[in-house]
Parts: sequence; structure tokens; C-alpha cells
Amino acid sequence: MPNVSVNGIVIDDTFAEAFGMRATAIIITAPNRKWARQAAITMTGFATSVIGCGCEAAIDVELPPSATPDGRPGCRVMIFAMGTDELQKQLLNRVGQCVLTSPGSACFAGLEGSAALKLGSALRYFGDGWQISKKIGGRHFWRVPVMDGEFLCEATTGLTKGAVGGGNFFVMAESSAKALVAAEAAVAAIGLVPGAIVPFPGGIARSGSKIGGKYKGMIASANEAYAPTLRGVVRSELGVDINAVLEIVIDGETNDAVAAAMKAGIKAVIELGPKRGAVRISAGNYGGKLGKFIYSLKDMLP
Amino acid sequence: MKALTFTLVAEPPERLDLSPLTPERLAGIERRDIEKIQIGTSKHGSKVGDIFRVAGNDPRDIVFEGGSARLDRVAEAMRGGSVRVVGNAGAQAGRAMRGGTLTIEGNAGPHAGSGMRGGRLEITGNAGDHLGAPLAGELAGMNGGVLIVRGKAGAFAADRMRRGLIAVLKGSGDNAGSRMIAGTLVVAGGTGEMPGYLMRRGSILLDRAPKSLSPSFVECGAPESVFAAVIDRHLIAEGILKRPLLGKAPQKFGGDNAVLGMGEVLFPR
Repeated sequence: MPNVSVNGIVIDDTFAEAFGMRATAIIITAPNRKWARQAAITMTGFATSVIGCGCEAAIDVELPPSATPDGRPGCRVMIFAMGTDELQKQLLNRVGQCVLTSPGSACFAGLEGSAALKLGSALRYFGDGWQISKKIGGRHFWRVPVMDGEFLCEATTGLTKGAVGGGNFFVMAESSAKALVAAEAAVAAIGLVPGAIVPFPGGIARSGSKIGGKYKGMIASANEAYAPTLRGVVRSELGVDINAVLEIVIDGETNDAVAAAMKAGIKAVIELGPKRGAVRISAGNYGGKLGKFIYSLKDMLP
Repeated sequence: MKALTFTLVAEPPERLDLSPLTPERLAGIERRDIEKIQIGTSKHGSKVGDIFRVAGNDPRDIVFEGGSARLDRVAEAMRGGSVRVVGNAGAQAGRAMRGGTLTIEGNAGPHAGSGMRGGRLEITGNAGDHLGAPLAGELAGMNGGVLIVRGKAGAFAADRMRRGLIAVLKGSGDNAGSRMIAGTLVVAGGTGEMPGYLMRRGSILLDRAPKSLSPSFVECGAPESVFAAVIDRHLIAEGILKRPLLGKAPQKFGGDNAVLGMGEVLFPR
């Protein structure tokens, strides 16, 4: 099938290729929205890619007081990793250093999964013997004394083995400013999709990579086919009209969540139109042989 | 299937031991055999058929129509299903329950819910002394589950409680939560003398300041408490209370420092 054009934007006849991952979610609450977001942003910092960060994490959705277990504003944070052990380690380190420490915070399970990951049941040792266990309505909480009162933390949270990491699409534009506008529109739309996160800075990656490289030990390196400065030098995927490419990488709780997020993001880019935003949309893959999940762009159109 | 119903024909001539009449122990037993079960505890030797008119056939759903303070050990050691007493119950109702629901639409005698480990016991009237508490010689009282008393409770409610939730909505007698090991006791409507006497751990949540506390309790300030918010919401969601009990930042007293001292008495400021 040749490339199609929707609202003046060329959609490449290609697909995104994604992988199975392990994921968990927690709900962080705080006395107000500002501090709920602060704790969530701190714990999801340096969590853009499993290549170098151990996990991929971001705020999934913000929760109003009516949707949290303690009636305070909150955020649902999702964390993705390649294995259960690494996910467990990242979860405890990040909640322990970034949420436990954040003023007025509390932490609850955000996922009912096939297995449990330790949360409060490990962090409780911070209480040095003064921690209090409470079982309320079948849920187990730890109350850990801290300097502004108590850190309430659910004992465990759920783990899902059905998560998907690496759903993606490329936003390609005539200038970097237009690419950024289009990518921001996509990120805003994906932010409304529950169960999906965009872990890169502001949800956008400008250094989309290929696997390996010419230097020994490089797991990932420049994707020269999409680098506009190399257009005349290498076998480029870019036409003369493209001067900037930004990638939206999506991790989802389920296959459906990733597809919904891709659809929402692509819809937002298409609605923005080629004059203000992108002129072309593509996606990254490895020939379809490595990833278990395939998202064909033509199926993701609005 | 219709609820297995035991209708009290007349006031029993002796105290009755109803512990054989639980969903588990009646499963697969024919009605005429049920009527032959011995429930008397004295020389009268009453059988089920002497005291009750039996109807229905679903042992997972048992109803005692008409109550009496002589109906002891109702639903003892029940593990599932439901038992409802329309009227009063005697001593040790729901003792050692592990699951299911027991509803007493009337008053219960002493030791209701004694040593419960699970399930839900709700008493719409008042409960006697030693609610959820251990019998003499036992080390721990209530060990899990939910016990709700819509009326008053007597003295020593939640004595030696270890786990679970007890809620008393119209006030309790003296020494509520005495010797608690852990768990949560909620008392609305005021407590008698010295709640939490010799408690080691656990939480006693009140709707007002206690009129007396053992001098071995110490004031611990009133920081904002997420736990208070979570338990308030839970009590309302479970239909136990209609309004928040503790509020955002309840006053805390810690104790009993005559023993371990890791328990707490919380109440709104």
C-alpha cells in the first residue's frame, strides 16, 4: 500500500514495533495538587528509557480528590521495566527517596496485578521500630513516623506482565519549531488516555535511536536515517521538506492502551495540520521480527 | 432454595448451645436430622425440634426467628454463608467466626465476637461485656474480621484484640480496648473509664475526648493524618458511620506506657 495523506499530512505505510514489559502503578497523594505533582515528577525523573535509567516512568493521570483513597489530590504514576526484579528495585528506590521524602505525601497501590510488588512492606523499616501496620478493608497499610507527621504507604502494589513498551511514532516537520508544536499536541492528547505514559522529557524524544552502533558497547546510537543534517550523506528516510523529526515513545499498561494513545496522539497531529505542525508521520521498527506488538500506522488513523 | 429458618416456639427452658447450627455443620443434613440435634445444656436435654420450628432448606442462609438471651454460641466458628438472628442472642454470639456474616437484630450477651478471626458480625442493639474479648485463659481476643455494634457495648470491649475492626456506635463501658495487642477499635458516643488500659499497640478511635485516661498515656500532638482520612472514608464506605469520625488532624495520646506504649487513642480536637 502506498503512503496515504490525511488532512495534508503524509502517513508512511509502516508500523511501530513494541515489546512486552513489566509494569506497576502507584497513586501518590499530597495536601495539594502542587505537592502531589512534585512528588510524582521527582520520582519519575531520570526514567526516560530502560537503556540507561533502569526503568521508564511518568505520571499517567492526575486524580481529583474524589478519586484517591484519602480524599486528597493525587497522581497515578506508572513504572515500566524489562524484568520484575529491576522493577521492584526501581520502585523502592524511587518511592523511598522521592515520595517518602516529599512533604505530606502518601502512597497507595495503583494497579491490581497478577503478582504483588513490595512497597510499604519494605519502606516501613525507615520507621525503625515505630512503624504501625494497619489493615483496613482488606488493604494493608504501613504508617511510618516522619517529621511532618506520618508517611502512609500501602504494603504492596500490583505487577502486570501484560504491559507494552516502545509504542511510537515520528512527527516530521519543516522546522524544529513546527515539529515541537505538533509533538506537544500529541503529548497533550496522550495525557488524557488512561494507562499510557510518554516517559521522555515532556513526552518527546529528539534522539530516536537505532540498535547498536559502530563503537563497541553502544547499545543504541544515532538513527542517521532520520537525522536531517545527514540527509545527503547517508541513506536517509527524509525528503527535502523535512528539517526536524521528534519521536513520541509510548508505554502502556496493555496493548489496547498503547494503541489508544497512538491513535489519540496521531489524531492530534493530524488535526493541527501541516501548516502549523507536521507534514509527515512515520514510526520506528526493527523489521517486525523483534517485538511482539505491531501497531500499523494505517490502523491508527482517526 | 429458601433460607433455613428456625422459629422460636417458646422461651427456652434452659440455656442453649447453638454452635451446631452453622452453615458448615448443617450442610447436607436432612431437616428431620437437624431437628434431632442436641442443643440443651442441662438436664432438660433440649433438641432443635423441641425449641424451634424448622423450615426452609438452604443451610448457607440461616435465620433464627425470635430471639432470647438464652441462645448462646450462635454461629460459633462459622466460616461462610450468613446467619441472621431476628431478636436477641445470648453469650458468645459469633465466637471464633472465620468468615460469612452474622447479623443480630437485637441485643447480644457477653463475649460477642470473642476471638473472631474473620467475617462480619453486626449487632443492631447493644452488646454485653467483653465484646470480641478472649475467654478466660486465652491469650488473644479478636484476631480479624469486622464487628459492628450499633448500640452500646459493655466493659472491656476489644480486650486483648489483636487484629481487625470493632466499631461501637453508642458508647462503651469502662476499659474499652484494654490490653489491646493491635487492631482498631472505634467508639462513637463516649467511653467509660480508662480506655486503652494496658494496651500494647493498636488504635482506639473516639468521636470525643475520653473522660479519663490512664496516667501512663502521654499527649502526642495533633499532626495531619492520612490514616485518619483513610479510616474515616472506610467507615463511611462500609456503612458503619455517616460522618467522618476523626477529621484531618486528630489529637493523639500514646500509650499505655505501663506496658509497651505503642498504642494510640485518637479523637477529633
